Amino acid sequence: MSSTLTAFRALVRKDLVTFLRDRRALVVSVLTPIVIAAFFGSMFGGDGSDTSVSRIPVAIVDQDGSDLSKAIVADLATETSLDTIPLSEAAARERVRAGKLHAAIVFPQGFGAEAPRALFRGSGKPAIELLYDPSQSFVRPIIEGLLTQHIMQRVTRALFSAGGSIGIVDQALANVKDSATLDAGSRADLVTLLEAVRRYQTRPAAEQPSDRGNGLSLPFTLTNVAISTGPHYNSYAHSFAGMSVQFILFMGIDAGVVLLLMRQQGFWRRLRAAPLSRGVLLGSRVAGTTLIALVILSIVYLVAAIFFRVRIAGSAAGFVGVAVAFALLAATTGLMVAAVGRSVAATRGLSVFAVLILVMLGGAWVPVFVFPAWLQRVSAFVPTRWAVDGLDAMTWRGLAFEAALQPIAIMLGWAALFAMIAVWRFDWEAD
Amino acid sequence: MRLDAEHLEKRFGTATAVAEVSFTAAPGAVLGLLGPNGAGKSTTVGMLAGLLRPDRGSVRIGGVPLSTGADPTKRRLGLVPQEIALLDDLPARMNLEFFGALYGLAGRALAARVAAVLELTSLKDRARDPPKEFSGGMRRRLNIACALLHEPEILLLDEPTVGVDPQSRNAIFETIEALAAAGRTLIYTTHYMEEVERLCDRVVVIDHGRVLADDTLEGVLARAPAANMLSLDYAVPPDSAALSELSAMPGITRVELAGTRLTVAAADLGSTAPRVLEHLAARGFSCRQLTSRRANLEDAFLALTGRTLRDP
Repeated sequence: MSSTLTAFRALVRKDLVTFLRDRRALVVSVLTPIVIAAFFGSMFGGDGSDTSVSRIPVAIVDQDGSDLSKAIVADLATETSLDTIPLSEAAARERVRAGKLHAAIVFPQGFGAEAPRALFRGSGKPAIELLYDPSQSFVRPIIEGLLTQHIMQRVTRALFSAGGSIGIVDQALANVKDSATLDAGSRADLVTLLEAVRRYQTRPAAEQPSDRGNGLSLPFTLTNVAISTGPHYNSYAHSFAGMSVQFILFMGIDAGVVLLLMRQQGFWRRLRAAPLSRGVLLGSRVAGTTLIALVILSIVYLVAAIFFRVRIAGSAAGFVGVAVAFALLAATTGLMVAAVGRSVAATRGLSVFAVLILVMLGGAWVPVFVFPAWLQRVSAFVPTRWAVDGLDAMTWRGLAFEAALQPIAIMLGWAALFAMIAVWRFDWEAD
Repeated sequence: MRLDAEHLEKRFGTATAVAEVSFTAAPGAVLGLLGPNGAGKSTTVGMLAGLLRPDRGSVRIGGVPLSTGADPTKRRLGLVPQEIALLDDLPARMNLEFFGALYGLAGRALAARVAAVLELTSLKDRARDPPKEFSGGMRRRLNIACALLHEPEILLLDEPTVGVDPQSRNAIFETIEALAAAGRTLIYTTHYMEEVERLCDRVVVIDHGRVLADDTLEGVLARAPAANMLSLDYAVPPDSAALSELSAMPGITRVELAGTRLTVAAADLGSTAPRVLEHLAARGFSCRQLTSRRANLEDAFLALTGRTLRDP
């Protein structure tokens, strides 16, 4: 038994020492995930310390030039999420088409005169054009929301302020009185409302409140509160989870390819000449690869903690559990590759493709919640999804140990399945 | 320790790699397993080393049947594979420590064995260097050293000198001779007849997965068509009539023409050579060059199989 343990230790140690001495493997497995995770993390918000919002470049085409349109344009210019640029329509179209601007808002001639009147009628509304770059369509609802807010505010202010809009109210009164579609009761109520507005507009200035003419405003205030581990969501935490999963899987695949090479080069033949069982030979391979995966994960997260403020805000035991389960998953994936693979080149190419699909579906590149609903359901059957979710849960989500149990159980299940396939398919007599 | 191969047979799918191989290797002697590439030598070695399970027959080590897997009988065996199976990036000493640990060696015992095999293979001075910095011969020697750590009583050497320069080859031969002198049982597979002639006490000739001869070196050489070989080079090769007449001469056992080179096997070189030259000269065929040599394993193999050792 002790000699078997000596052999097992020697086999595992050999894998570790060989890996640590191979600078290329170290760079690919450790440095690359750090660099890519840093890049992705910074793209998606960094560590949360930078609260500035990137501004959407929008052209403003004011063909009307009325007081109302000028006021709205001025309001839009004060928006922190917009970077407004006044342009002619032709120039605006050209720059949106070229992708230099995300969108352009075109206020038509007569907008200032027609918009307040359109408030009380179903037809004759001025048509504002929103020209947008189809590759940036996500900005459309943002611009629509801000535009609606400022137009309603300015139009209703114009309506309720003294002076300029009495004619609009008079016309609205005449429309209501002549309407054939309104019943007597509704007509009477609207006439009362509009006459009250008219009286309000014609009151002497001294009797009007100081905040008159503000028009309609949003009937609420909105406070944004991020619910995660602390005051800031750390985008690096997810990036480091995703990239660690990707590159450790690559390492696992590489370990499988190395086993294929060992068989080609007679090394495996030599190992099998020793009085060692299949369990020792394959088990030591899994143990070695698992340890290497844990070494990589430890180094990557150490760097993430020191330089990118990633914290294990949840259960440390849960984090270790997820890490060990994923390391075993990566090791058994490699073993399965070695068992079913034939030539080194074909196996490597196919495995890299498979890993990329797995990490993509597993949410290693972008979080799963941005996937369509059907793809989110599919990703539940992808083992890498549980690795990323588990690491996310124990880091930036700050969840308790119980939240790690499901990812751990699912990953161990997949690892057991891969190990069984490997043992079943492994051709012991092929060298 | 004695090794017995008994009626070994091994098939891969529909192909039969080894059809019927039986022989015995005795302690203190080197048994040469001779055959061309594809003859079934490596498959036979695979069964002898417990890597392949025979479809029929068995391998016995000191009378104990050998099986694949974690069979403790494997401790009595050492395998030097045809390929240089080393950890190229790790120092030679670490390679030896690793292979020693596979057989349960640890601590002082391992250190002592590592020192001993480094000494035996003359690699002591390079123990700290990785094999990737070694010459081909040194790598081969380390390849052998890795199989000696656990002091196997039987050593299987599968083409251990492939790609080695003459000087390193001699060093390897000296190591093998020292091991045989120390009472080890050695089985040496090769397709180099010169190596068998130098090293082996007994020769097993294999072709197409069958044993064609199992004898002492002298016994196998006796299978050659004659003790001596005449080699004659002609500007104009002799015609078939002249060759037929030559074949019918007393004392001549074989006549073969390849291009302009004529090979004649004869028991008595002194009387045959002048008669061959005179006979062909009388028919207008003038010899440009004449050489003679003793019959070797190549001739014996050719006589046994109808093809040379280096045929594809």
